[in-house]
Amino acid sequence: MGYQQSFRVWRGDDEGGDFADYDVEVNEGEVVLDVIHRLQATQTPDLAVRWNCKAGKCGSCSAEINGRPRLLCMTRMSTLPQESTVTITPMRTFPVIRDLVTDVSFNYQKAREVRAFVPPEGVEPGDYRMQQVDVERSQEFRKCIECFLCQDTCHVLRDHEENKPAFSGPRFLMRVAELDMHPLDAAEEAGVNRKAAAQDEHGLGFCNITKCCSEVCPEHIKITDNALIPLKERVVDLKFDPIIRRRKKSAKA
Amino acid sequence: MTAEIETHTYDVVIIGAGGAGLRAAIEARLQGKKTAIISKSLFGKAHTVMAEGGCAAAMGNVNDKDNWMVHFGDTMRGGKFLNNWRMAELHAKEAPDRVWELETYGALFDRTPEGKISQRNFGGHTYPRLAHVGDRTGLEMIRTLQQKIVSLQQDDFRDTGDYEANIKVYDECTIVDLIKDGDRMAGAVAYLRESGRHLLFEAPAFVMATGGIGKSYKVTSNSWEYTGDGHALALRAGAALINMEFLQFHPTGMVWPPSVKGILVTESVRGDGGVLTNSEGKRFMFDYIPDVFKAQYATTEEEADRWYTDADNNKRPPELLPRDEVARAINSEVKAGRGTPHGGVYLDVSSRMPAEVIIKRLPSMHHQFKELADVDITKEPMEVGPTCHYVMGGIEVDPETGSSTVAGLFAAGECSGGMHGSNRLGGNSLSDLLVFGRRAGGGAAQYVDSLGGEHPKVSEAAVKEARDRSVAPFGDGGQVVAENPYTLHQELQQNMNDLVGIIRKADEVERAMTKIDELRERAKHMVVEGHRQFNPGWHLALDLRNMLLVSECVARAAIIRTESRGGHTRDDFPKMDAEWRHQLLVCNIKDDGSVDVQHKEQIPLRPDLLDLFEMDELTKYFTDAELSGRKN
Repeated sequence: MGYQQSFRVWRGDDEGGDFADYDVEVNEGEVVLDVIHRLQATQTPDLAVRWNCKAGKCGSCSAEINGRPRLLCMTRMSTLPQESTVTITPMRTFPVIRDLVTDVSFNYQKAREVRAFVPPEGVEPGDYRMQQVDVERSQEFRKCIECFLCQDTCHVLRDHEENKPAFSGPRFLMRVAELDMHPLDAAEEAGVNRKAAAQDEHGLGFCNITKCCSEVCPEHIKITDNALIPLKERVVDLKFDPIIRRRKKSAKA
Repeated sequence: MTAEIETHTYDVVIIGAGGAGLRAAIEARLQGKKTAIISKSLFGKAHTVMAEGGCAAAMGNVNDKDNWMVHFGDTMRGGKFLNNWRMAELHAKEAPDRVWELETYGALFDRTPEGKISQRNFGGHTYPRLAHVGDRTGLEMIRTLQQKIVSLQQDDFRDTGDYEANIKVYDECTIVDLIKDGDRMAGAVAYLRESGRHLLFEAPAFVMATGGIGKSYKVTSNSWEYTGDGHALALRAGAALINMEFLQFHPTGMVWPPSVKGILVTESVRGDGGVLTNSEGKRFMFDYIPDVFKAQYATTEEEADRWYTDADNNKRPPELLPRDEVARAINSEVKAGRGTPHGGVYLDVSSRMPAEVIIKRLPSMHHQFKELADVDITKEPMEVGPTCHYVMGGIEVDPETGSSTVAGLFAAGECSGGMHGSNRLGGNSLSDLLVFGRRAGGGAAQYVDSLGGEHPKVSEAAVKEARDRSVAPFGDGGQVVAENPYTLHQELQQNMNDLVGIIRKADEVERAMTKIDELRERAKHMVVEGHRQFNPGWHLALDLRNMLLVSECVARAAIIRTESRGGHTRDDFPKMDAEWRHQLLVCNIKDDGSVDVQHKEQIPLRPDLLDLFEMDELTKYFTDAELSGRKN
């Protein structure tokens, strides 16, 4: 049942580091995180890894396995070839804290910059009425476990530190789309234009819909097709529709 | 002279960032208090995300016969009437408002055709009662509360230019000790995972919301954070713990492959029609309906199946008995040799509904089995078995304010005790943490007001002691035998699993206590390698101190309670005993650091609440003396 697997794990901190090689036992049915835990328990107790639920629900154990952004807890060893070394590296888009743990605070800053849900005025708690078909669109985006693998893989952010201030990344553009599609969000009544914010504050225009984010999403959310493209279409309506532009112009005049 | 320590001053410090902690923080902040949230993980990763089925609240959206009295009755019945009845009452009355409130924060629950919040059936609940989002309700709740906190921070940013002016999250931060000034709470010492640096939080009020203790067990649905920190911190600070002998083993955890053993399979699988069968293909739950529940559960498969479409005219399927009953039944089937190849039983939805319905209603389960076990639940049955899931016991609190027996120390959610009695109903946890999270946050705020600005002081000596203790595992090279924290943890988990598990015996629990004593001694010689920056070996060494203390509470209480009730089953005392119903076991810490357990009488159930039950049901639980004087 069990076999020995060679592992290459990046070890280091914000000042630099290098790969370390290990041979470690693997048993039937195990995932990569099990093997990392075995390394901690038997060979290198101070190997830093972030994890929580080990069931693909919390989105903590994001890293790169053979260069692919994955959850360590949802990658079964049986999907990796036994004969070649398994290489584990931290997410490249975020600064390393130690070993496989990265500083993901960028995401929390961006989260704070998306204007929260605005409750409709005059609707008492308990009186909210929404149809299932209408909530489903946003519900798909709320499946997000905030593993930030989409942020990690997005080529606008990856290796482009300079884009970070202007671009919130797929996770938070999807959050804007989610709120924009919420049947009862009263942002517009409060003077907040979510579509304009997506373009002007969160950098939607940077996205050129290569769908890398959707590909790595462990929840299989269709980020590009269902959130980003519809949001782009709405922005186009708002900003570039010739009739609306004309109306706006004449209203000003 | 103590070295400098980074110090932060707040009105209220919430320890724990799951549902209870976040709801408490929102309340404290709304009552004008400067609030800190201490989160052992990143913000939004708390164990609450693991809750799948839903949040119980008698809104009556699906069946308008439901109301708080029915919910209260179900909760008491589920807890075998050991519950703190005032908590169960407040919970049943306030849960609907707390759920509706989440919609004003932006939550999107599944809907009924009229556009109201949909509600689903669950074990022990008379009517469809659980507000839900597919099978990821906990994630929706944590995200909603997280986003509400962000929205409060946005308000503060607008007013002050600082997002963190009134509410700040300290993530990947762990509390190692609470500090008192005389009899009152004064501070807490923490370390940051990232740097290993210590912090001091000075505040008059602390709310414990640290969740459960499952990581002391080998097979558990709980994540690594569930090391009983709140239980242990409160106990060491002088607070009492109650009901520690009651642990919930969820009947359906994954049993294969070994590395995922214990991961939860939501009860909604059964609520939506899934059935349990043994290796002979028999729906065995019909053989395990206890006398106290005979009146409410179907005795034939035909009637049970009719219930899903006509609940008013049929009795419920026995798969939906409270969790303790189902877990014991599965345990018995496996012991009798009727288990599956991997030592569980079968849970099947594939023969019960079309594949597209399964994928729509149980998306996470479909995903989880496909990814982790190579099983397609739309085509074949799952293999499941009991897993350590929830601790009913916890910090003894005042129902109205969440205050513990220590001034300034409050608690809510899983780390508090009483609400669920000897067994929690599924769905009552998410509602519990909303109802009592809000109450504890409010209780803490009012306590701060009552001090009138005169705040307790933290002594330097206490801070030094806490810091020194927490870095002791790095050692000075003087240890005789260096113990590895991972090894000690594994031994503790095996010990609790085997000897203080789902079925208990006096001699086994005695052996478990001997082992805990041994482990505590060995833990004094733990040595960790490396430095303080994000060092998991060190973190485990610190958590182990809490796990050992809490495990001792469980074992000591388990040996004293000589009856079987809810989440405490004694092989040598298999019957429920009415003389035990009105007694609680209370754990306190003695000066030498060991645990002392005392009996305490429950406050008798208020007569108008007692009147909600039929006499012939009450006689199954209460003594004659308790019921004398009650009409009919």
